[in-house]
Amino acid sequence: MATNPEAPELGKDGAGSIAITVEFTGGLEILFANERKHHVTLPSHLDDGSRPTISYLLGHLVKNYMKDQRQELFILEGNVRPGILVLINDADWELEGEENYELQQKDNIVFVSTLHGG
Amino acid sequence: MPPSPCARCHDQRAVIIRPKNRQKLCRTCFLHVFETEVHETITSTSLFYPGERVAIGASGGKDSTVLAAVLKTLNERYNYGLDLCLLSIDEGIKGYRDDSLETVKRNAQQYNMPLVIVSYGDLYGWTMDQVVAQVGKKGNCTYCGVFRRQALDRGAAKLGIKHVVTGHNADDVAETVMMNLLRGDLPRLSRGTSIVTGSAASDIKRSKPLKYAYEKEIVLYAHHRQLDYFSTECIYSPEAFRGSARTLIKDLEKIRPSSILDIVKSGEDMALLVPAEVRGKGGEDEEGGGGGGGCGSQNGRTRGGEMAEMERKLKEDEAAKDREMEITSDSVPKKQQQSEQVQTPAQKKVKSQVLGTCERCGYISSQRVCKACTLLEGLNKNRPKTAIEMEVGLEDEESSSTLRRQMEKVELGGV
Repeated sequence: MATNPEAPELGKDGAGSIAITVEFTGGLEILFANERKHHVTLPSHLDDGSRPTISYLLGHLVKNYMKDQRQELFILEGNVRPGILVLINDADWELEGEENYELQQKDNIVFVSTLHGG
Repeated sequence: MPPSPCARCHDQRAVIIRPKNRQKLCRTCFLHVFETEVHETITSTSLFYPGERVAIGASGGKDSTVLAAVLKTLNERYNYGLDLCLLSIDEGIKGYRDDSLETVKRNAQQYNMPLVIVSYGDLYGWTMDQVVAQVGKKGNCTYCGVFRRQALDRGAAKLGIKHVVTGHNADDVAETVMMNLLRGDLPRLSRGTSIVTGSAASDIKRSKPLKYAYEKEIVLYAHHRQLDYFSTECIYSPEAFRGSARTLIKDLEKIRPSSILDIVKSGEDMALLVPAEVRGKGGEDEEGGGGGGGCGSQNGRTRGGEMAEMERKLKEDEAAKDREMEITSDSVPKKQQQSEQVQTPAQKKVKSQVLGTCERCGYISSQRVCKACTLLEGLNKNRPKTAIEMEVGLEDEESSSTLRRQMEKVELGGV
């Protein structure tokens, strides 16, 4: 449960990208090659000029980081599966606008499964 | 979105929205409120007495880890005077339980609590790895569940402890309520909602102090206190995430977060309507999960496919139908006649549940031979597919209840 986001090396090369840290815990890491912590670089603006949101990040993670075929264990109906908590800089994403939250430089996004084990 | 201030201290940034009331809290206030609510549950139910020795069923998973951390905190803060220890079950599953036991060992050091581990290998002569090698992956959860129940009792007995607390949370209880409602099992429904589940098969008391705690808040509590817990699914319980009833609970929570506690409350209210003679005393299989925890089949959790299985089962299961009628008879007089017809078998059932001891192992059992010994007999004969096990294998989860029904039928036939 590492919560100290190390300054990511990636993405400092220009204004064109934002670098964030993404963590998977509570058992979700098994879907991502058993890696808990990922440094992720996203474009600061998407093709339509908008800024990347959590929604965008979800697609990006599934496409580029997910090693397991079972997408539905992470994403259901286009959003985070119920029972998986999302923390944006340690705050419940409900406080930050959920999937519409626009990602900022050095954000720390944590996905925690509540569904595993007792 | 501007940061919201904490609704309690009005100072720090809120990081939590509480599911039960949407209250926004900062980290410090959340930890405090969570602990205080568990304390209120404990005091309002007079769960402990000063000087009581209590074993925490510890699996290394989130629920039991949070339970241990909170109990230690409260014991010191409010001077409960409890003598706490950790009790773990080693099912003998390489690459799963041996890893999670490492977590429990670290917890024992972190919380400065003695730890006792009882293993299936020692108790039964069979590790789960060996059981699976023999019976295959299908149906093995039955063995694990039956063995665990006794193992926790035996572990507690070995320590001379009469009270085992488990990490069952509000989501678990809500799920159990839904499952028992769907299968029409009101006796089990009424027993499952109670914070203390005394079992007829044991003089060791079980309780669940986290009964009103949301799973979401348990995970957040662990996160914000940076607790060390283990979260890998049992390798023999292959559905990685929970099945239908669990999904239903989580979907309901998404739509209306208070649903979970509302279901718990509904379950408690329904329990009050169940007559004592119907409720029964519970058998050795009661609530098989708990301390050993961590396994997909336990904690009243379910896997995919069970609903269909259950529907089929319900159609066949006359006993279950009878029980439904009995309950309606109290509130719906027009069904009186039907209900009278079915009273008899139910009463017989209750009467027939007389306590004795297993003639093989001496464990308290309402049957001549306790379930663990019945299963062991099959294993030892190298013939796992006996009649009982085949029935049970159909419904891995909540195996205990299937087995129990089978047993009840057998008994009824014999009386």
